[in-house]
Amino acid sequence: MKKHLLTQTLIAAAVLYASAVSADTAKPGGNIVVSYQNDLTTLDPAIGYDWQNWSVIKSLFDRLLDYKPGTTELVPSLADSYTVSPDGKVYTFKLRHGVLFQNGREMKASDVKYSLERTVNPKTQSPGSGFFSAIDGYQAVTDGKTTALAGIKVVDDYTVQFTLSHPDATFLQVLALNFASVVPKEAVEQAGNDFGHHPLGSGAYSLVSWQLGHELVFRKNPHYFQKGLPYLDGMKFEIGQDPSVALLRLERGEVDIAGDGVPPAQYLQFRADPKYKGLLVVGAQLETSYITLKTTMPPLDNVKVRQAINMAVNKDHIIRLINGRAKPANQILPPGMAAYDASFKGYPYDVPGAKKLLAQAGYPNGFDTELYVMNTDPQPRIAQAIQQDLAQIGVRVQLKSLDQSNIIAAGGTRDKAPMIWSGGMGWLADFPDPSDFYGPILSCSSATPGGWNWSLYCNKTLDAAATSADGMVKDDQRAARAAAWTKIYSQAMADAPWVPVLNEARITVRSPRMGGADALYVDPVHYPVNYSAIWVK
Amino acid sequence: MMRFLVRRIAHSILILLGVAFITYALLYLLPADPVQQIAGRNATPDMLASIRHQLGLDEPFWLQYVHYLIKLLHGDLGHSYVQRTDVSLLLFSRLGPSLQLMVCGIACEIVIGLTLGMLSALKRGTPLDRFLMMFSFVGVSAPQFIAAMLMLYVFAIKLGWLPIGGYGGISHLVLPALTLGVLGSGWYSRMMRSSMLEVLHQDFIRTARAKGLTRWRVVFRHVLPNAVMPIIPMIGMDIGYFMGGLVVVESVFGWPGVGQLTWQAIQQVDTPVIVGMTTLSAIAILLGNLVADLVVPFIDPRINLSHH
Repeated sequence: MKKHLLTQTLIAAAVLYASAVSADTAKPGGNIVVSYQNDLTTLDPAIGYDWQNWSVIKSLFDRLLDYKPGTTELVPSLADSYTVSPDGKVYTFKLRHGVLFQNGREMKASDVKYSLERTVNPKTQSPGSGFFSAIDGYQAVTDGKTTALAGIKVVDDYTVQFTLSHPDATFLQVLALNFASVVPKEAVEQAGNDFGHHPLGSGAYSLVSWQLGHELVFRKNPHYFQKGLPYLDGMKFEIGQDPSVALLRLERGEVDIAGDGVPPAQYLQFRADPKYKGLLVVGAQLETSYITLKTTMPPLDNVKVRQAINMAVNKDHIIRLINGRAKPANQILPPGMAAYDASFKGYPYDVPGAKKLLAQAGYPNGFDTELYVMNTDPQPRIAQAIQQDLAQIGVRVQLKSLDQSNIIAAGGTRDKAPMIWSGGMGWLADFPDPSDFYGPILSCSSATPGGWNWSLYCNKTLDAAATSADGMVKDDQRAARAAAWTKIYSQAMADAPWVPVLNEARITVRSPRMGGADALYVDPVHYPVNYSAIWVK
Repeated sequence: MMRFLVRRIAHSILILLGVAFITYALLYLLPADPVQQIAGRNATPDMLASIRHQLGLDEPFWLQYVHYLIKLLHGDLGHSYVQRTDVSLLLFSRLGPSLQLMVCGIACEIVIGLTLGMLSALKRGTPLDRFLMMFSFVGVSAPQFIAAMLMLYVFAIKLGWLPIGGYGGISHLVLPALTLGVLGSGWYSRMMRSSMLEVLHQDFIRTARAKGLTRWRVVFRHVLPNAVMPIIPMIGMDIGYFMGGLVVVESVFGWPGVGQLTWQAIQQVDTPVIVGMTTLSAIAILLGNLVADLVVPFIDPRINLSHH
């Protein structure tokens, strides 16, 4: 496993290196145009949580830690260095000196404390608040008893110390989330309740203007603390463009990055067209789409029934339905994630075997059930394919096509939604750590109304194993921790709470003048595009 | 006149309350839960309850409605769930582009509609008349979405005469305004045609002809001013239909107006924005009708509002 990871890292490094030394070396200058159909919802780092604003927020603000562009490797950013106490509960960060906010003021340790407390404060209504629950005093803040997090201490202007209530190996990843971006208090207060439209940070770019629904103009931050970055002088986001129109404009040279990618219906034609050769970047994102099987509802409470369903779904057929914009999945974690097990075989596609298993479980003639699915194309079509697959083993499925919030509501209810096809809202990693596919979607604590554990899967043994794995915080425990997670996921798959179906591809289209490795355009963390690291040829 | 005005304004307020109520009730009945959306996928039941309380969504429906009305009276249209900013700010920032498109679009409708209607009436029964009426029929019944895409494809993409959508100078305005104008002109041309035909058969027209006036002088000095009368209140009514068209046309052409905002809000189930936009449309329609009613007596002295 470790060897495999090492190879992957080496290849990634080689690719980046090759692109850096070849004729097209990164160079500063130039302005680009990015097109999107919908206006950005918000640029407030405590609020923004969609694929469109995620990387824009990353380029406006900085965090204590960040990722090496195009990779999932965590590196210090606003932090100069950090130490972890032997019990894994105290993290001490030394901050860089001389980092300036775009209003000219220097960033200090008190800003870090303010920013995290702002995210956690229930008044902010941040969708990211829950990530910080390991910090001491979190509960008191969310209960509204105080606004100060007891677990964050400003030691001096350049030292900040976090105390956790329990050791948590994911804590560094959490500090690299957008929700942990450092914001200047005075700018937040000045913007009133509209920091989302008047963002100001220390990031690679600053927002010059935002005409709602029309365009956003970003300018390079000349005082950016990472010397030489960003490469671009500026970026203009043009809003309101239909994705297929955006592609035409890209062809004419009016657009450099078509933010919405290729409309599914045009994908095959686009991929085959020699005109677009080299413009289309297809990358893996840390995502898995799956069918949940409600472990509390008979007959799905029988593990043999769930295994039979796993064996009856023809994943290759589903991927053909969406023109090959995904890879088949046989496990919970997506490839590219530490602890992903390339040697794992999963359940084979085996209709006679599935029938046999179903008969053993006491359902030789199948049963009637329901499959919930989101009502936007292509999801209902995929659900129909699943319906036909399951009909082959005698399981008669009725489709329920609903909008996202209704599906989430039904998913968390004990006696509703026996099966859900998660397509369109499959799990996209918040951060590149294996625990992110367990805690929020498979753990006992996530099996609640309104939660995302739609199988209501609860395995106390695995929960304990997960807690112990996340207690391995030392650097030399990394391999052991990954192995522990691999084991947890393979045991979870034995219980078959899901049918893992596919890992969606990320597709970006860029004009020929755009430079930089492909990985920057389908960045696994700064998705979709790492705006701070791309450049113009 | 004064009594008419007071009565009409009172009616308008009642209608406005009704519209606000129906929209609010419909969206309230919608099963989509904004709290889930705001709290994100890692939310605990505690957090969901806390946000629900902060938004006042744990109150009974009638209380929520009353709060909405009280805020509305203070000019507060609420807070967007998705963009996390005041709905009034979002709407007003988009009003300029929409008004621009609306004025130009309605002007296109009127110019095209009246011209075609007049030609039809004067050439009544000829193939030209039949063709023009057919054209207006197609215009009225064509789906706005398809027509807008078609215009974009032909004039911007194939011929390259105009920019492919977006907002900026006059050149950006031409296609969306023309699309709305051509589609909506059908109503006006049909109305104009029948109104012209009616006037053409009146005694005073025969008198004018008998006086030996030229045909064009008769049409422009005597027929047109009379035939145009029923068109004016129609413009008032058209505003409502037009706002519906804005949603589609603005979305296709990427025009940063209230229509595009509404479309995005509907997709994201951003209830406060949808309710705010509906209320704003209702106000626009009521105002449009009121102004149209008030303008008529100034143009046609025979109509006296105090006898209404």
